[in-house]
Amino acid sequence: MDTIKLKSVIESLLLANGEPLGIKRIAEMLELPNADVRQAVKDLMEDYELRQGGIRIVEIANGFQLRTPVENGAFVKMLNASKPFKFSRAALETLSIIAYRQPITRSDVEYLRGVDSGGVLKTLLEKHLVRILGKKDVPGRPIIYGTSPQFLELFGLKDLSQLPPLKEVGALEEETPLPLPEKQPMTELSPSKG
Amino acid sequence: MSYEIKIQNFEGPLDLLLHLIKQNEMDIAELQIHEITHQYLEIIDQMKQLNLDVAGEFLLMAATLLHIKSKTLLPIPEDEEGEEEDDPRAELVRRLLEYQKYKYAAESLEEFPLLGRDTFIRRYELPEAAPEEDAGLESVGLYELAAAFQQLLTSLPTETVHEVMSEQLSVTDRINHILSQLSSQPSMGFSELFGGTPTRQEVVVSFLAMLELVKMRLVKLVQAASMGPIWVQAAVDLSGDDISQIQEDHLGYH
Repeated sequence: MDTIKLKSVIESLLLANGEPLGIKRIAEMLELPNADVRQAVKDLMEDYELRQGGIRIVEIANGFQLRTPVENGAFVKMLNASKPFKFSRAALETLSIIAYRQPITRSDVEYLRGVDSGGVLKTLLEKHLVRILGKKDVPGRPIIYGTSPQFLELFGLKDLSQLPPLKEVGALEEETPLPLPEKQPMTELSPSKG
Repeated sequence: MSYEIKIQNFEGPLDLLLHLIKQNEMDIAELQIHEITHQYLEIIDQMKQLNLDVAGEFLLMAATLLHIKSKTLLPIPEDEEGEEEDDPRAELVRRLLEYQKYKYAAESLEEFPLLGRDTFIRRYELPEAAPEEDAGLESVGLYELAAAFQQLLTSLPTETVHEVMSEQLSVTDRINHILSQLSSQPSMGFSELFGGTPTRQEVVVSFLAMLELVKMRLVKLVQAASMGPIWVQAAVDLSGDDISQIQEDHLGYH
């Protein structure tokens, strides 16, 4: 397969797949070395950049996806104007805590936010932005949560390292992350349910 | 002195404290606990006057603030070493700084090109197809099951006449009925369980029978896609003789 054909095939695959498609997966399908596929994808991305058209290739969640450029967002939105996309502040806060501090338990999230976060967490789970990673090996075996590939896809991230660094505002010195109260459960800190 | 505060704008006590600190142009690390405690309690009072349910978290923070304040009023006992007394504000200051980081992170997260808001992808949903083999089937979660049952109940014609039913439907009978159906076909649609236009009672009894079968691990529930149709599959070979008829007394239904 020559380079032009390979680029054409990959372009078709990306269009037909919709979801992010990884280099490895393409290479396996086409029975080609990863490096060839990676180079072809890179060339294809450049083609799209140069053309400055209404489609871009974006690296998302360790794959590649065809997307509309952000500057056209307002126009494309007109197609489905009925569904405005809006996160509540509680959801964004909870999501960012989980994104930066995963794997994390619900009580740790609540300690950091200072409020009950069960409802928000449930919503994030239902939207598949957060997933259960397992159980923590401490008494009570609390569930630990992390972000999902859908989270990366929604926010257009290649991987978690693309999250912006946490801003330290008003801190006097370089601080290590707040140690969470692991040994003693939250009984002292969380409000009573009654 | 009055504070014009929209209570519902605060995500929690830490958020409220950060707001007060900012309003007073204070440095978090140099938290003036007396002033902040005073203003915080005033807002809690206002919340109560507005008959808002003050969340427990806000009251807990009020207690924490008062505790810290009382500590700062007491003379500091000398350590054996005679140095480095613990600042009673230290933990609160750290929590505030940490919370603030995630608050800003949440704000910057919202600036990202959101899929469905700023950037879009091509989506094509395949029309619902009956499952062929086992391939691609996911197990059904509790939410989906409850939703399917709810949908079934709402699709029933409303019974306008109230009549005392003498007919007794037995869960055991339904179980055996489902088992015999599954012994001739490997899987059946969830709605097929309830065939025709069943009465509410029939639906409930059939649903209970199906749950019992799942519990006994004789059948499993699967679906090809989330929100797709639910299928009931035999989990064991039902065509043989080894599945004896389910006995009434094992179940505890009447």
